[in-house]
Amino acid sequence: MNINLYGFITGIVFGILLQRSRVIRYDKQLGALLLKDMTIVKFMLSMVLTGVIGVYLLNDLGIAKLSIKPMIIGAVVFGGLLFGIGWGLLGYCPATSLGALGEGRLDALSGILGMILGAGIFAEAYPWVKKNLLTIGDYGKITLPGITGINHWIIIITFLVLGLLLFRWFEKKGL
Amino acid sequence: MTVGEKKGMNPYLAGALGGILAVVSLWLTGKYFGASTSFVRIAGMFERIFAPERVAKLEYFIKEAPKVEWQVMFIVGVLVGSLIAAIAAKEFCFKILPDLWEKKFGKGNLKRLIVAFIGGIIAIWGARLADGCPSGHGLSGLMQLAVSGFVALICFFIGGIVVARIIYKGGK
Repeated sequence: MNINLYGFITGIVFGILLQRSRVIRYDKQLGALLLKDMTIVKFMLSMVLTGVIGVYLLNDLGIAKLSIKPMIIGAVVFGGLLFGIGWGLLGYCPATSLGALGEGRLDALSGILGMILGAGIFAEAYPWVKKNLLTIGDYGKITLPGITGINHWIIIITFLVLGLLLFRWFEKKGL
Repeated sequence: MTVGEKKGMNPYLAGALGGILAVVSLWLTGKYFGASTSFVRIAGMFERIFAPERVAKLEYFIKEAPKVEWQVMFIVGVLVGSLIAAIAAKEFCFKILPDLWEKKFGKGNLKRLIVAFIGGIIAIWGARLADGCPSGHGLSGLMQLAVSGFVALICFFIGGIVVARIIYKGGK
């Protein structure tokens, strides 16, 4: 089967999950940023805790390869904070904005148009960004098992335990 | 699926199913979830209509070529999937103002549309600079225990929490 068709079908299933669990809603996204409603954090972390097991299993079996994004301070920290500012204003992230539009949310469409315009401007600025920001504090493609030297399964189990404790705390606090 | 009309599906269950989906997708295609690169490709496709020479020359459009590939189809799929789910549950409706926003700022669509537009410009800038959004860094990065994923996700939330506090200061 064509790889693009796989992408489309995967997207449809993911879109259904996003819509059914309400994580594409502005109120849920801002709810998390206002620390009042942890629905999106529960979704994300639950997805990560499930996914990390499968990803490392496939990697250990040689079925799939890791694809690590480099840890560049000038990119990840500045870019991350900038993204957060935009996210707080828009109330959707790139993937959820598409899901929100699917539900008929027209403010998400405005955000999508802004993101397309912004991406075009970024392409113009890229040579400057590459020269001035992508050179600050480049640590390369590092992972937690890589930098600590601890076996990845020990880190995964620790991660699972901490995640489940956090979930229990959320439920106790009614977040 | 039987879910409450208002409450929605349990986010832990939905997230776990999303995690399985991500792993199956990785197995079949070798691709990790992401979204923000596609906005570059789509911007390039639009810009190519007006200025094809410019697009051909820009380094970033050479790196992220303006074409339909796996991730573009993935985010189009997200839109279609959400549309199907919303129609099936009779929840689809055109709406500009989110409830939380309307409670704070009242009616007035233009203000919300402008803030969303500007937010979009800033968000994609940040995502492209960081080389990922909550999908690419937050989900796929954390699943691989990437240091960049953890740092990015923390920074996303710091920026977002500060802005959300400013917007909704003084209670609501």
